[in-house]
Amino acid sequence: MSGKSLFEKVWDDHIVIPESPANPAVLYIDLHLVHEVTTPQAFTLMREQGLPVRRTDLTLATLDHSTPTVPITGLDDLDRVTPPAQAKQIRQMVSNCADFGVELHGFDSDQRGIVHVIGPEIGATQPGKTIVCGDSHSSTHGAFGALAFGIGSTEVGHVLATQCLLQRKPKTMAINIEGRLPAGVTAKDIILATIGRIGVDGGTGHVIEFRGSTIRGLSMEERMTICNMTIEAGARAGMMAPDDTTVEFLAGRPQAPQGAAWDAAVTRWLSLPSDADATFDREIDIDISQLAPMVTFGTNPGMVVPVTEAVPADTGNLSFRQALDYMGLEPGQSMQGTRVDVVFIGSCTNSRLPDLRAAAQILRNRSIAKSVRMLVVPGSEIIKQQAEAEGLDKIFLAAGAEWREAGCSMCLGMNGDVLKPGQLCVSTSNRNFEGRQGVGGRTVLASPETAAASAVNGVITDPRTLL
Amino acid sequence: MEKLSHIHSQTVVLPQTDIDTDQIMPARFLTTTDKEGLGKALFSDWRYDGNGEPLPGFPLNQPGAATCKVLVAGNNFGCGSSREHAPWGLVDFGFRAVISTQFADIFRNNSLKNGLVPIIVDAETHTWLLSNPGAEVDIDVATATLTLPDGRKLAFPLDGFSQQCLLEGVDQLGYLLSKADQIDTFERERAWKP
Repeated sequence: MSGKSLFEKVWDDHIVIPESPANPAVLYIDLHLVHEVTTPQAFTLMREQGLPVRRTDLTLATLDHSTPTVPITGLDDLDRVTPPAQAKQIRQMVSNCADFGVELHGFDSDQRGIVHVIGPEIGATQPGKTIVCGDSHSSTHGAFGALAFGIGSTEVGHVLATQCLLQRKPKTMAINIEGRLPAGVTAKDIILATIGRIGVDGGTGHVIEFRGSTIRGLSMEERMTICNMTIEAGARAGMMAPDDTTVEFLAGRPQAPQGAAWDAAVTRWLSLPSDADATFDREIDIDISQLAPMVTFGTNPGMVVPVTEAVPADTGNLSFRQALDYMGLEPGQSMQGTRVDVVFIGSCTNSRLPDLRAAAQILRNRSIAKSVRMLVVPGSEIIKQQAEAEGLDKIFLAAGAEWREAGCSMCLGMNGDVLKPGQLCVSTSNRNFEGRQGVGGRTVLASPETAAASAVNGVITDPRTLL
Repeated sequence: MEKLSHIHSQTVVLPQTDIDTDQIMPARFLTTTDKEGLGKALFSDWRYDGNGEPLPGFPLNQPGAATCKVLVAGNNFGCGSSREHAPWGLVDFGFRAVISTQFADIFRNNSLKNGLVPIIVDAETHTWLLSNPGAEVDIDVATATLTLPDGRKLAFPLDGFSQQCLLEGVDQLGYLLSKADQIDTFERERAWKP
């Protein structure tokens, strides 16, 4: 019998009732992240059925999706900057959390931020946990060796009420990433290239474990960027083995274990990596030693090319043609030099301090092109303060960019931060779907470096030319 | 959620591959705090022009589409965001089944909790259905069988538990709540506590 994979260890550790041919497994959830957009219907159901939240202590709530990124003084000030529907949703979240006894990291908290940024930041995200959220980018937390995946609002209700989910065991896939990252090439480029390779449905039904020397050498922020976009390959979750980098990141964080509990936790965490003889349903090897910065040209994250290359030839496929028509691009057209209207630095993919530093490094002593609007939206209030302590905000403002409050912002454009029809945005977010950043808006996904370089030149730019 | 045992309907076809849930239900409609009424917003950006007028060429706007209960779509339907507003919108429009060669995992899970049956067919059947909009199909949930207009019957994969939930018109919460004792025991006896 072969050894266990990281996924199998975490899965087995959370089985309340094993699965059978007739019934799925009852899987225990250690951390439930909740936000204002996908929970109202779940709380309504709880109210209708007279159910309490089973484990308020394992529920972490924040405001991020429809939340304004311009400064407000508090909830009372919301209507000045927020449309009525969004304001109602935010207020309902505040009252739902109060009514059900869930602690909310709201406008009065200095820990508010994008749900997938604050979980790790405050140390609630830990190796070996099962973590869910009514948001597909829950896969982010897998960077710590947690099993983390997105769920719908009905399942949000299941977790609120029972702290459990009914699940069939997914298949496993190992993606082995080897090679030394070339200068100017980032974790974002690794995951974009990976999605381009396996396709937006390449991971469907699978939990992917990212392995290999490249992964071992990445920071936690870089690992989170990769796991975050695992869902864009269709995978149920992405995971990485906990190691010294993981432990170092979590040490001293507010919700990390302390004292003797810390030592016990670290021992347990470091026993989680896949056994040497663990097997996977599928294995893929990727060499990134020749990787270039990647940019998307179409309307899903798998439609991606190196920034130095051109839009691929027409495949004759209906969706391919529709995507290029939507983007206003032609087969054979060079990606570099394509006019850019907006640059967005932010989202649960790339809004952490090292992402902001990387963008600021390119913008230092430079200005963005006059024709470009640039938004920099930190992932959390803590990141905002850290960035300001380093003076990054001054670099962004001096270059002509807007420096905003924490939130999801233009990643999905729910809060009023949207593109105008026809505008093209180089974005550090995770989805270039039609209309994702506003009706008729066009999205080119890229790293913070590529986004910042494109802001400077006003056209899509290889960041290595400005390093 | 209504009981769902049998669907007989003509199909509507959206041949695009990788249709994401942002297309099915754009984010600006996610500000609702209810589930109702999302059918109007279904495929909004493909279905209406800039003035909110229906685009005549879009399949959902064609005569008869409003009474169709079965959507046939390109491979990998429902990818992207976990928003359950996507199946809520499909069901509110009147759909009870979607046929494709593959569904995104979260969308499939969400659909099964809302009386929307995701039906996976082989490539050949899929190609035929894509090129024959309006085909009259019959779906029997109890036997997980799709019957094509020529009478050919195809079994489709459907988890037995989800099948029961569809037939009885229940989501899975009641089942989970009935396991409270075992959940208590798990919490008490597990080796470490989160």
